[in-house]
Amino acid sequence: MTNSISEAAESAVFLLTGTNTTENHPVIAAKLKQAVNKGAKLILVDPRNIEIAKFAALHLRQRPGTDVAWINGMMNVIIEEGLYERDYVEGRTEGFEKMKEVVKKYTPEFVEKISGIPAADLIEAARLYASSKPGAIYYAMGITQHTTGTDNVMSLANLAMLTGNIGVLGGGVNPLRGQNNVQGACDMGALPNVFPGYQRITDEAIRAKFTEAWKPVMPLSEKVGLTIVEMTNAAHEGKLKALYFMGENPMVSDPDTTHVREALKKAAFIVCQDIFMNETTELADVVFPAASFAEKDGTFTNTERRVQRVRKAVGPIGESRPDWKIIADIAERMGYPMQYRSANDIFEEIRKVTPSYAGISYDRIEKTGIQWPCPNEEHQGTRFLHKDKFVRGLGLFNAIEFREAAELPDDEYPLLLTTGRILYQYHTGTMSRRSEGLNFRSTGPFIEMNPRDARDYGVSDDEVVLISSRRGTVEVRAWVTDRVNRGTIFMPFHYAEAAANVLTSTFLDPIGKIPEYKVSAIKIEKKKKKATG
Amino acid sequence: MKTITLNIDGRQVQGASGQTIYEVARENDIHIPVLCYHPAAKPAGACRVCVVEVAGARSLVASCAQPITEDMVVNTKSDRVIAARRLATELLLSSGNHNCLVCEANGQCLLQELAYELGIEQPRFSVSPPGYGIEEENPMIIRDMDRCIVCGRCVRACNEVQVNRVLDFSYRGKHATVGPAFGTTYEDSECVFCGECVSVCPVGALTEKQGRFKGRNWEVKKVRTTCSYCGVGCQIELNVKDNKVVKVTSDYELGEPNHGSLCVKGRFGHDFIHHPERLTKPLIRKDGKFWEVSWEEALDYTAKRLKEIRDKNGSDSIGVFTSARCTNEDNYVLQKFTRAVIGTNNVDHCARL
Repeated sequence: MTNSISEAAESAVFLLTGTNTTENHPVIAAKLKQAVNKGAKLILVDPRNIEIAKFAALHLRQRPGTDVAWINGMMNVIIEEGLYERDYVEGRTEGFEKMKEVVKKYTPEFVEKISGIPAADLIEAARLYASSKPGAIYYAMGITQHTTGTDNVMSLANLAMLTGNIGVLGGGVNPLRGQNNVQGACDMGALPNVFPGYQRITDEAIRAKFTEAWKPVMPLSEKVGLTIVEMTNAAHEGKLKALYFMGENPMVSDPDTTHVREALKKAAFIVCQDIFMNETTELADVVFPAASFAEKDGTFTNTERRVQRVRKAVGPIGESRPDWKIIADIAERMGYPMQYRSANDIFEEIRKVTPSYAGISYDRIEKTGIQWPCPNEEHQGTRFLHKDKFVRGLGLFNAIEFREAAELPDDEYPLLLTTGRILYQYHTGTMSRRSEGLNFRSTGPFIEMNPRDARDYGVSDDEVVLISSRRGTVEVRAWVTDRVNRGTIFMPFHYAEAAANVLTSTFLDPIGKIPEYKVSAIKIEKKKKKATG
Repeated sequence: MKTITLNIDGRQVQGASGQTIYEVARENDIHIPVLCYHPAAKPAGACRVCVVEVAGARSLVASCAQPITEDMVVNTKSDRVIAARRLATELLLSSGNHNCLVCEANGQCLLQELAYELGIEQPRFSVSPPGYGIEEENPMIIRDMDRCIVCGRCVRACNEVQVNRVLDFSYRGKHATVGPAFGTTYEDSECVFCGECVSVCPVGALTEKQGRFKGRNWEVKKVRTTCSYCGVGCQIELNVKDNKVVKVTSDYELGEPNHGSLCVKGRFGHDFIHHPERLTKPLIRKDGKFWEVSWEEALDYTAKRLKEIRDKNGSDSIGVFTSARCTNEDNYVLQKFTRAVIGTNNVDHCARL
């Protein structure tokens, strides 16, 4: 997030898109609902009739995969009606004219044809967002999990800059991170192109700095590595021989499960560290029992960049060990001693090589976490980014054209599948499916299907149907509901026994390399009745 | 913000305009008991135990709801105040089943503290609970409305804090209670089991089922940590007894980012920690089956195989998946291992999934 969770109380208008906040970030949803109760306005742009729609002044239901179009459309209205922040655009940004040229043709009528959002609603939303200050944009995977994910995010940034909403209290472009430590894992350089603190591996001076700090046994490679889905593909092609998984379950979380299984079966050696057996560990050669968060010390970094403590509350379960300890012991056996005595030892090293974490220490975050960047011990942390000046200097408008999703419904696969999470489950379910309370409220795998589609296909509520894409078929119970529009099917991906990712595709965003989970083409068939007699 | 000077119990104290008598008193270590007051919600002035005497005022005033004014003179302990507080407390004690023996709130119950503070062994009125019985069908929240003092904290938590709009008051007089519409149970209502109502309940009317009979409040150690579910990073307390997490709580005083609020996963979804299926020993696959082995054997074997593959097929023939579920320290060490020991940048995690 460019801004902080607490700033929800400062915003006059929220633009929420691609985030089912009440289910996936309930505590942030509570802050948004509190603000609405106190007079803030909420614009929701989401294909589904999710709970937070009850709090929305406007709910625009776009066809999945048309985000660039409606965002360009909003900017078209804002520019045409002169509602943009001229001083901000002139003083703090560049690239405005080029962007303006591109959005010219995205009139509300043109956008309606692409997205299905009524022109009048788009105009109203544009006026409301542009005329209430400050305005905050919140988004999640509904924006990013597209082959146009990067374009979608840059378009939202355009919209926020156009209205002068970046670098101000209560404004910003705020991605809600879906897992406890996605932010931290990225900050720590668990990415194929950067060292900790987003320092580029292709930069020779940076590599020299890490060579000095780490004294590696192998020279630090200047070659950008592979992303998750690319690694699976490389394993499938036989190029990756060994795969090492720490607390990951790609057999449920990654697109096209059949392809993932084939890839994993081709690997000569697979190591997993985990707290439970899961669909991925079943294919491993070695499985190490890891400590859960309750059994170890450390830090997580939340969605607002706040570095917070994780504290050991109970002793190890069985012979399990903290993940870092397992890795350090393997490193030592490969001729590279990692002599950390504690998580704090590691954090002290992180601070030394990661400028944005340099001022943070366990002592300083004993009570309240600190938001990076925090360059030194006197610094109080950063509540919101880009104050007075963008990190790159001038904010850059990108001129972006709308592109269709990679796989659209056609005659053979006429419905559009979009996947996501539900309140009572979490990711691949290894934790949440073992919780008594959560499973009391969660009903098992299902799809959401519009009543008109149900009528067309002769499907009744609670009926088990076959749902297929070009990648595979699963059996799943249908919930007939107007939460989805006609032609769209929603399916949670938590359940291995009816896994949404058997159906999803491996089409990736060319820059973000994120799979297009929000748009796949599928068909639905009734189960054949067993012959009797 | 204007500074206001007033007198409480003979002491000159200062507060900011807009603050209540209770807030200023608390900042100055002057004790006023409360039941219905909660810092996360708007003041209600409902329970009357926080009443104080204000010079010039016709009746006693609820200190939790009364804003301070310049030169106000407040007495928090006058005979009139104590008598009123006593009466309110005795009425509450007599209108419910306040037997502390097996009550989960024992030791952190505001009504219990109040009775002790005022030295009330028996209320002077006959005890007659409304007889609602206990609702314990769901595995998360136990509702015992005979212990409810109808302070309305849960109603305000549900409507003002979580804004789930499930709970409200119903019925009148002796039968006054709180709950979902039409007198349904929690599970038959729109309740999303965030548990905010449980966390603000000042007595034992709403308690966590997971922790029931697993440890008294004074027996558990509360370890502050960060929730392991979504990216909000809520501050939680793991309540530990005998090396076991018996329940999860939070507290308004823990501050950013959640101020004591949690969701169903954070509050009720951590029983996986002690699940019997937890992995407890290293496993190696031999002849298609997993065998339990020693740490030495598993570590030696893994290091040997990784080294062989690296040296034979090259560093880029190995791919490493770190995890957004693990700590910064775990992730740092694994990406360092990948780059410095394996020699590749093939390292990524589930950020994109």
